Amino acid sequence: MNIAVPIKFVPDLVEEMEIDSSTGKLDRTFMRLVPNELDEHALEQALILKERHGGTVAVITLDTGDVDEALFTAVAKGADRAIKIAGEGYAEGVTSHAYADLLAEALKNGSYDLILAGTQAVDDLDGSVGALLAAKLGIPYVGYTVKVVAEGGKVVATKEYPGGLLAEIEVNPPAVIGIQAAEKPPRYVVTSLVMDAMKKAKIDEAEGAAAGLEGAAEITGMRPPEAGKGAEMIDGDANAVAEKLVGILKEKGIL
Amino acid sequence: MIQVESADQFLKQVSGSVAEGERIRLCLQCGSCSGVCPFGFAMEFPPQAIIASLRAGELKPMLDTDSIWLCVSCYACTNVCPAKIPLTPGLLSSVKAEKLMKSSVPTELQDALVNARKYGNTVGESPRKRADWAADFTVEVPILAKTKKPVDVLWYVGDYPSYHARVQQVTRATAKIFKALGVSFGILGPEEQSDGDVFHLAGERGLFELLASKNAKTFEKYEFKEIVTTDPHAYNTFKHEYPKLGYRFPVRHYAQFLHAHLDRLRSLMKNKLEARVAYHDPCGLGRANDNHIYEEPREIIEAIPGAELVEMGHNRTTSICCGGGGGGMWLDGFAWEKAGTRTSEWRIHEAVAAGAQILAVACPYETPRFDDAVKSTNHAKDIAVKDIAELVADAIQG
Repeated sequence: MNIAVPIKFVPDLVEEMEIDSSTGKLDRTFMRLVPNELDEHALEQALILKERHGGTVAVITLDTGDVDEALFTAVAKGADRAIKIAGEGYAEGVTSHAYADLLAEALKNGSYDLILAGTQAVDDLDGSVGALLAAKLGIPYVGYTVKVVAEGGKVVATKEYPGGLLAEIEVNPPAVIGIQAAEKPPRYVVTSLVMDAMKKAKIDEAEGAAAGLEGAAEITGMRPPEAGKGAEMIDGDANAVAEKLVGILKEKGIL
Repeated sequence: MIQVESADQFLKQVSGSVAEGERIRLCLQCGSCSGVCPFGFAMEFPPQAIIASLRAGELKPMLDTDSIWLCVSCYACTNVCPAKIPLTPGLLSSVKAEKLMKSSVPTELQDALVNARKYGNTVGESPRKRADWAADFTVEVPILAKTKKPVDVLWYVGDYPSYHARVQQVTRATAKIFKALGVSFGILGPEEQSDGDVFHLAGERGLFELLASKNAKTFEKYEFKEIVTTDPHAYNTFKHEYPKLGYRFPVRHYAQFLHAHLDRLRSLMKNKLEARVAYHDPCGLGRANDNHIYEEPREIIEAIPGAELVEMGHNRTTSICCGGGGGGMWLDGFAWEKAGTRTSEWRIHEAVAAGAQILAVACPYETPRFDDAVKSTNHAKDIAVKDIAELVADAIQG
């Protein structure tokens, strides 16, 4: 079974997010981009399937800048091939439509049985890349999955619905599966193996196709979340906050 | 390093992994190591059983268990071994290294490893915030990249002292003491990376080497006479492990540094403490690599006006680890699940039994760990946890 895993680089939330007032967009001066967490789960699920059924795993990403280490880390974990799509302006972020276009172009001739992608990414929580990619490639899509089983040429994906409802959905490969969580947390790979991969592995480059923006939502403005009515923000040092909190809990009869 | 496939191959790897590693052949199977290990009772394979298994040609059963992650790299086993086998840095860290090669590591510890590789700190914070503790602070704390001036002391602050709210209080106290002593010092701020000691002992040698090379490159950029560390782990690794990679820098733990200035400190410390103080020997200053820095911290405490030093049953070479070493700092949930106990709580019971009103510490893992243990043992009214730096800073007049 040959699997492709697209990895999207998203802003690292350890840095404070600030909005550049002149552009109305995220200030990217000190922003560090890291692999989207659910894409790391998709990679883990792909590696588990490879261990069970053989085949290959390819990771693919837009070249947003410092992506090599993450790609070599994926190779050290067991991926067979790493591809980065070269093009301008990817670090500024691309729309889900453009991202799906770029991936579809790069993956269409790859003879992949499965494309496993994180169901959504933390930057926009859009959750549409997998579905758009599947549509562009003309293959089925199942999103929000927590289990992927390959049996007798078919794939059964377990999809999560709200309220704890699970559905088993059978698809004929090739298909795109959106991963909500891998069977187990993404594995750790020791630094020495990452270093080895940096020395021995190579990263293939693909030329980015012209990305379409058709249907993409336009961002007209961004602002930090505001405290809503009824929310009381408690400020001060830890002791003062704790005291206030205990007072409120007592007042409400909880303590 | 390649993944080992046989017990014999593993024994050879242990023998070559550390100086005198070949002494593993001399194991008497006396069981002292397993007996003294704070978590030996909860391990499927405590040290002596690991060696017995390997000698019997069995590698897999031992590697199939995860009890090695109960090892807190406290050197208690190494300290009592009559055959002088370097159990902690040789055998036990090699078992951890094998587990890591198989990606078999509790997720709590995995997060710390990933954070250290990604951000240069175990707590997963932005490196840019590393010196935030010094912002809006009464003492001016020079960052070497900004001042570009030679200093006597390059103060290696460390992860927890930089980021952890409780330990930042210790860090500020240390800065106050440096100011009172008129020490010419500077810190690295955002350039500073985890020292790597715990990763070395947790079997992630590649990560240790990566961090060591980054820190060494930074140290080499600046002019200083010595490094002073807040953390015994940093002291231990700069003194004993960095030189093996070719990085040699004069280093002291801050307790040694303050002890060397004790006469001057005596004249500065006028505020009375009036309390019985027990001192907890951190593994990194004590048993690790026979550092045996036992008396200096005690003499500092005795120099504090009104402080009465009392001893706990386990002290100096027999001190009980706080549970934070060798990756234990990030394995609390795992250790609790496996062993149903916390060594930090034993220590609080011991300190209270010794009549101490203050448990004095000298390691940044210990303030938060013992603070928690004071609460969980319901001894908040009986005893407080203070770093020696806090006690000294409080005693200094003004």
